[in-house]
Amino acid sequence: MEPLKPLEELLLEHPFFAGMEEGPRKLIAGCGRNEVFHAGDYLFREGDTADRFFLIRHGTVAVELHVPGHEPLVVDTLQSGEIAGWSWLVPPHKWANDARATTLVRAISLDAKCLRGKCDDDHSVGYEVFKRFIPVIAGRLSAVRMQLMDVYGDPGKRR
Amino acid sequence: MNTAATDLAPSMLPRPFRITRVRREVSDVFSWELEPADGGLPPAYVPGQFNMLYLHGVGEVPISISGDPSGETLVHTVRAVGAVTEVMRKLGKGDEIGVRGPFGVGWPVAEAEGNDLLIVAGGLGLAPLRPAIYHVLANRARYGSVAIYYGARTPADILFRKELERWRGRFDLFVEATVDAADIRWAGRVGVVPKLIDPRRHSFDPDNSVAMICGPEIMMRFTVSALQAHGVPDQRLFVSMERNMHCAIGLCGHCQLGPEFICKDGPVFSFDRIGPVFHAREL
Repeated sequence: MEPLKPLEELLLEHPFFAGMEEGPRKLIAGCGRNEVFHAGDYLFREGDTADRFFLIRHGTVAVELHVPGHEPLVVDTLQSGEIAGWSWLVPPHKWANDARATTLVRAISLDAKCLRGKCDDDHSVGYEVFKRFIPVIAGRLSAVRMQLMDVYGDPGKRR
Repeated sequence: MNTAATDLAPSMLPRPFRITRVRREVSDVFSWELEPADGGLPPAYVPGQFNMLYLHGVGEVPISISGDPSGETLVHTVRAVGAVTEVMRKLGKGDEIGVRGPFGVGWPVAEAEGNDLLIVAGGLGLAPLRPAIYHVLANRARYGSVAIYYGARTPADILFRKELERWRGRFDLFVEATVDAADIRWAGRVGVVPKLIDPRRHSFDPDNSVAMICGPEIMMRFTVSALQAHGVPDQRLFVSMERNMHCAIGLCGHCQLGPEFICKDGPVFSFDRIGPVFHAREL
């Protein structure tokens, strides 16, 4: 079995933290912890307090929308190297979706209250975090727009 | 008949073909296996070319060839989406249609030898790429790593699903599929095709890769952007264009896109050639 790596080293391996200076990375690492989810476990559920976010190190997470009277609808899947959750950034800090592990998932979770505090105390840390979150959010918005266009549907019936 | 008209005759006269098999693929998509009704051999073609399929008294439509270029039958995969193809959907084994072709410039399967291949398809766009995939698999040692990325609307809309699953089981292919939306019974990926292209999951050498992309133009646009972001040069990106093709030999002008005739100069273009008009809203 491989020896456990320090959290800061694991953060460095995750694309979200690529190129981040040691100083802010160490500060952020203080808010993190390792987590493991088994297939079927929920990382978070819609409406619950968004008290953390996840750096997926291994496995697949399905982002789901709860549809009353129907099975949940999967609207995105997230893989290793991706981020799960940004509701911790946006008041009232409630999850907008469910996130369910569809395989064994290893992740680093970062405590939202701790991280928000560090971002408030040191704006350069906040800038580093936001600089990395905005491309993730922009990429997902762009993907959602493409999904909404229903490009594979009947061109005559496109929404 | 003058000389020019005589030269054009083989391109303009439909040859009768008989439907030997009909396969229902997904809800509004079907495939035909065709053989010449005159007892001769079907014409040779290169992956990515198309034929004009003619239904007497109804009309003619351009349809890509979707079968194995080394096979003995001609295969077309058709989506019933317009007046002609809706009638075609009702035909069965033994019925006859007219075929003109093959036409156009296909995928650069020979030029791509020695390179990594990125084959990116969306929806029915897998059909024109399937002959290229068959060709690559029949000559697998001539290529570097090969990845097939496929996107569909829902799991029920995945075209050639059994083949995709078979290809995915090979050790010498990387195959990933995604859908725009699914219920929780779908264990695969959900999201857009460009997101599948991730060098952390499947590495490729951008300067020694060739990408072949086919699908709705919006999907191709986003895919081209993703591949450019990964460093693949424009001259190594190939897209298959779709326009209103009538004559299929560059005479009528219906399919003209800027300086190009899609039927004759394409439908497959390198992006350094088609790029300048690819984003033009007026065309």
